[in-house]
Amino acid sequence: MNDRIIGQVKRINGPVIEVMGITDAEMFELVWVGKEHLIGELIKLEQDSAVVQVYEDTTGIAPYDPVYGAGMQLSVELGPGMVGTIYDGIQRPLEKIRDISGIFIKRGISVPSLDREKKWHFVPSAKEGDTVSSGMVLGTVQETENVLHKILVPPNEKGILISVVPEGDYTVEEVIAVLEKEDSQKKDLFLMHRWPIRKHRPTKGRLPLDIPLVTGQRVIDTLFPIAKGATVCIPGGFGTGKTMTQQAVAKWCDADLIIYIGCGERGNEITDVLTEFPKLIDPRSGRSLMERTILIANTSNMPVSAREASIYTGITMAEYFRDQGYHVAVMADSTSRWAEALRELSGRMEEMPAEEGFPAYLPTRIAEFYERAGSMETLNGERGSVSVIGAVSPPGGDFSEPVTQHTKRFIRCFWALDRNLANARHYPAISWLESYSEYLSGLEAWWAEKAGSEWLPDRTEIMELLHKEVRLQQVVKLVGPDALPDSQRFILEVCTLFKNAFLQQNAYDKIDTYSVVPKQAKMLHIIVTYWRRGSEMIKKGVTLVQLRKMKVYQDIIKMKFTISNDDLQALDKIEAYLERSMDQLEALHA
Amino acid sequence: MPETNDRALMSGREYIGVDKIDGALVFVTKTHPVGFRELIECIDKDGNTRLGIVLESSTNCVVAQIFEGTSGLNLPDTRIRFSGKPLTISISKDMLGRVFNGLGKPIDGGPAQRSDVELNVNGMAINPTAREYPRDFIQTGISVIDGMNTLIRGQKLPIFSGNGLPHNELAAQIARQAKIRGSETEFAVVFAAMGVKHDVAQFFVKSFEESGVLENVALFLSLADDPSIERLQTPRTALTLAEHLAFNEDMHVLVVMTDMTNYCESLREISTIRGEIPSRKGYPGYLYSDLAELYERSGMIKGYKGSITLLPILTMPNDDISHPIPDLSGYITEGQIVFERDMNGRGIYPPIAGLPSLSRLMKDGIGEGMTREDHPHLASQLFAAYSYVKDVRNLASVIGEEELTPLDHNYLDFGKEFEQKFVSQRHDEDRSIEQTLDIGWEVLRTLPVDELHRITDEEIEKFYGK
Ligand SMILES: Nc1ncnc2c1ncn2[C@@H]1O[C@H](COP(=O)(O)OP(=O)(O)OP(=O)(O)O)[C@@H](O)[C@H]1O
Ligand SMILES: [Mg+2]
Repeated sequence: MNDRIIGQVKRINGPVIEVMGITDAEMFELVWVGKEHLIGELIKLEQDSAVVQVYEDTTGIAPYDPVYGAGMQLSVELGPGMVGTIYDGIQRPLEKIRDISGIFIKRGISVPSLDREKKWHFVPSAKEGDTVSSGMVLGTVQETENVLHKILVPPNEKGILISVVPEGDYTVEEVIAVLEKEDSQKKDLFLMHRWPIRKHRPTKGRLPLDIPLVTGQRVIDTLFPIAKGATVCIPGGFGTGKTMTQQAVAKWCDADLIIYIGCGERGNEITDVLTEFPKLIDPRSGRSLMERTILIANTSNMPVSAREASIYTGITMAEYFRDQGYHVAVMADSTSRWAEALRELSGRMEEMPAEEGFPAYLPTRIAEFYERAGSMETLNGERGSVSVIGAVSPPGGDFSEPVTQHTKRFIRCFWALDRNLANARHYPAISWLESYSEYLSGLEAWWAEKAGSEWLPDRTEIMELLHKEVRLQQVVKLVGPDALPDSQRFILEVCTLFKNAFLQQNAYDKIDTYSVVPKQAKMLHIIVTYWRRGSEMIKKGVTLVQLRKMKVYQDIIKMKFTISNDDLQALDKIEAYLERSMDQLEALHA
Repeated sequence: MPETNDRALMSGREYIGVDKIDGALVFVTKTHPVGFRELIECIDKDGNTRLGIVLESSTNCVVAQIFEGTSGLNLPDTRIRFSGKPLTISISKDMLGRVFNGLGKPIDGGPAQRSDVELNVNGMAINPTAREYPRDFIQTGISVIDGMNTLIRGQKLPIFSGNGLPHNELAAQIARQAKIRGSETEFAVVFAAMGVKHDVAQFFVKSFEESGVLENVALFLSLADDPSIERLQTPRTALTLAEHLAFNEDMHVLVVMTDMTNYCESLREISTIRGEIPSRKGYPGYLYSDLAELYERSGMIKGYKGSITLLPILTMPNDDISHPIPDLSGYITEGQIVFERDMNGRGIYPPIAGLPSLSRLMKDGIGEGMTREDHPHLASQLFAAYSYVKDVRNLASVIGEEELTPLDHNYLDFGKEFEQKFVSQRHDEDRSIEQTLDIGWEVLRTLPVDELHRITDEEIEKFYGK
């Protein structure tokens, strides 16, 4: 730790500390405050005074206490050892903290983010004499069975390798290569490097968003699909299912890595992930889900300022894996707590508030965050992506509040959670009327290839029915369902069927918890077939009751629970059975 | 410039005269460097001491909040002594069976408690990796809770109520009847009253007395006529004892806190005096974090036998669930039990309809080996069916009951049966979980079997047909 005193405490107001007598210090410098060396970050500089936000409880800090500067910006350590780890908002490993301070998190604990003792097996691929530049691969470390960690030349470095270590076991602090730069300065390279959390990592540029991030959640993949590199907002009042949806996506989506940020939410939810993920098997790799997951937990009772930092910590890690050519999905639960942390810090700095006490720069900050998502061409010429799925917790569940509204400006997919659906235990409570995805058109080609040419017309047809249903429901509310002709009442029936048998998906059910793409497409097709043939029948005089009493109806309603992802022929059988039953009905009325 | 390491020496120093008094806050200038959140003693002109803590400290001014209120203080004669350390209280298991004020001073006429440990009332954040995910079913004997909004040991589950609704009765009934089946562990109740009336406190004391558990209960009372600022400390003091009992004494602790609305109002009061920028309805922007500091102190810890289950009660202003107090609570707690005035009006106790109520931890605590194998699907079916009842009732109120389809009539019958047989029960009725589930099936039988989409064929065979 550093003894460079950069100033003294002038005023303490919660996590915000004014510092006087600043001699030399830089913006966003990492600092330590007081005898206990509480971790903080310098967030404002003005002549000889500065404002520091402290990432730990400031009880006991008094005026004239010393403030030390680290000489570098608040950064994360990037290298092997992150996967499967749980960190706090400023990348301190919580397991290690527990070894030191027991069940409660004490203050002033300093633990390196990456294990300094552990040796990793490094297989070099670059060799002495190679001319390299940032983003190029020096070699690899098999970090978990799932993750091949590529060791890259750090950003903003280039030159000639004058030495590279042989294959072998190294700690993150041992030199693995030496780079001679153009100015003939030598630079040691390690398995790890640092990167400031508030700065995005460089890439060659953006690529089109045309590969889906398949989540296994039917309402998402079929109605409001997202691409790898997407930005998504899930707003919803308390208990409507933001966390459940994000956890379901984190479990089953086809990303290479998951970064799950618990930002100002519950401790038990983190524990839930920690106990459940190691037991769940990733359907693609056959390995535990924890082997592709990094957790960042800054729960609601942990210091507010570290909440502000946690989402930058998370997205920086995501960019780092993207630079290795991976597809990373970031869950941020909840960005509202992050925005509130901004508001609280801004208030304590006595800045002018804009809407509802939030600082005027809120929209800029939100935009900056979501801009770090995307599908990119890496410096190494590969394709990698960062998808961001941010939960928003609007006060009173009212989407007109500033965080939802501003977020909406910068994302392209909106999964609106509906209180009435949640109350009726229709989960996921994603509203099919208020939600949208601007990624659909980019993904159509992929779906046509994987799910058949019927998928798009089926989807369009069901969406139309859902919209018609709303108008019909309004009529029903006024005059009752009997006033509608059977052909219209059948629309209501089919929509109810679609909601029960398709849209509702029970995250706790072993089979229903995720559906592979062909299962979704076939289920959709069965229901649309029931609609198409059924409405033809009604024209021929078949009654609603007859359609509903068909035995196959019960099979359709239960197919999501009864037919597993690896038994899709069973769905073909239901479809055939449905066609036969319709044929029979038709014959009766011919 | 003073040397910081002299602070311990200077801490005893007394300052005569303060510069400003505003509400519960006093402002003192020209002090030695005073630590943030340091405990202070404030001595009035008659020599009586009040406690307070430092809310803000700077080179020229210290702002402190006085817990016992500032009434009777004047500028020149008030003396301030800084302690150099944060507020701690003496805690011991002996506190069970006793009554204290919000700062942990006995008010039952008995001696001061023994001090096994001195603890900072603000507590510290539990490391999420140290938590044990709660999954033990607590049987409260109340069907609508056990069956549909199951309480789990270590959960934080608030009651969202309204003025004049029977939340105290329900909380007392839960405290009396709650048990973990098949286990005999030491339990305790910690009760924190904030700004409630004497008769409410009396009601709880009597209820604990009658069930013979009073010696396992510690009460912290900061009643309606006590200084409102004391309410801010009351839940912290209570939770500090609860943590000691749970994690040092291996006890299962149920903490009842009432009324959180009064607590939040005191918080707003202090915030307004300090001139902070308010967020919604004048409440400070940090209300969420402040409540989370309290609610998150519940839970279970790996390797520890004890637990803290939290049952906060709050009255929703104007029965409005989107008011910041219930809203922010709902964002922190693991579900909520919501009272409905309309059901109360129809004489149904407990007036809990089910739909906005939710227990988020029930999923892992019910089903085979915990309650009974049919529980998860039965609960889900009851929710679904009752939610449709609400739609049918709305429709009936527009087009008239006669116009409803036969199926919708079935649903109306179901709704009635559900409310009267399943939900409704006596204040002293303690149903086993089997009884609760059996009544659930009984009321489901008002519906035709092909309406039961959420139940498997085997379950229908085994339970519906009975
Ligand atoms: N897909 C699902 N399957 C089954 N249950 C669900 C599903 N989604 C939500 N739920 C139920 O809803 C409850 C609340 O969901 P969740 O915790 O995700 O809400 P939230 O929106 O994150 O709320 P908060 O803002 O308070 O954190 C869950 O505990 C669960 O009971
Ligand atoms: Mg949540």
